[in-house]
Amino acid sequence: MPRLAHQLDALDRRLIDGYQRDLPVCERPYAAMAETLGLAESELLERLQRLQHLGVLSRVGPVFDHAKAGASLLAAVAVPEDEREAYAELINLAPGVNHNYAREHDYNLWFVMTAPDEQQLERRLDHLEETLGRPLLRLPMLEGFHIDLGFPIPWDELEDA
Amino acid sequence: MTSTTLAMQGNRQPVAELPSTRGDVQRLRALLERGLPLTSRPWQTLAEQCGMSEAEVLALVEHWQADGLIKRLGLVVKHRPLGIRANAMVVWDVPDDQVAALGRRLAAESAVTLCYRRPRRLPEWPYNLFCMIHGTRRPRVLSELDAIVARQGLEQVPHRVLFSTRAYRQHGARYLGE
Repeated sequence: MPRLAHQLDALDRRLIDGYQRDLPVCERPYAAMAETLGLAESELLERLQRLQHLGVLSRVGPVFDHAKAGASLLAAVAVPEDEREAYAELINLAPGVNHNYAREHDYNLWFVMTAPDEQQLERRLDHLEETLGRPLLRLPMLEGFHIDLGFPIPWDELEDA
Repeated sequence: MTSTTLAMQGNRQPVAELPSTRGDVQRLRALLERGLPLTSRPWQTLAEQCGMSEAEVLALVEHWQADGLIKRLGLVVKHRPLGIRANAMVVWDVPDDQVAALGRRLAAESAVTLCYRRPRRLPEWPYNLFCMIHGTRRPRVLSELDAIVARQGLEQVPHRVLFSTRAYRQHGARYLGE
């Protein structure tokens, strides 16, 4: 695995540290950010493109509130370990799946399914359950105490990782 | 039917009522789920793609920020490629009358990146509180967890740590885009 963190210079890091939230909402947000960082707008855009190519930047964007934006649900399924890949592929083929992880537990596949509304979500889950031929553990979020993945990047730890 | 009220903002669009089900508003939402274009005037680019004005798009985005539909606007980082690969989902079986209070306390821990209450599914699944701890390496994540257990006095609360071993998919939610 290449040490991606080493390919990010001090400006890249300031860019990430400074703008995981509070992107200026104005006609030319990248120009405003560039000015703060002492760059030209074109340089800033090039940096963002590079970060995206490197796979560090998913997107510049809004993160929508789960509950307000539509319907979503965390589900888990227990499958034989030696068939896990095949089941994971089936899950990825279903509409609306945006996260899909293997985890160390009898319930070894965990995924999040989204849909425009609850009814469609239920239909999608029922359909997938039938495709997989295994019961899904359905775990809707009842209350969110902290839902924000914009945490500070521990650069020092990445250096010596 | 819900509607989105746009307040007068400086010299932008006058007050307008845009039903959130209107086609162009839906289209804007779907485009935004994919991220903001990397162009000099990204809102203008989006506006052109959904047949709105740049001012309308900006006013809608500010409105969505104010009412909480958009909870964060900025760079969405992929942690795994950066080397933040130890991702522990810690699940707890907490008495129902204590779960909300404990959820708030765990959420305040700096190592906790996500924290939710979810239903139990007995008998298979007795856990009703979930939190995530992200880190570079397992030992560090586990020692963070030990510290939290000690600080919060959770030695007697049954819990399990489910590390992720593989990400088959990881992208932003697309409620409308698929």
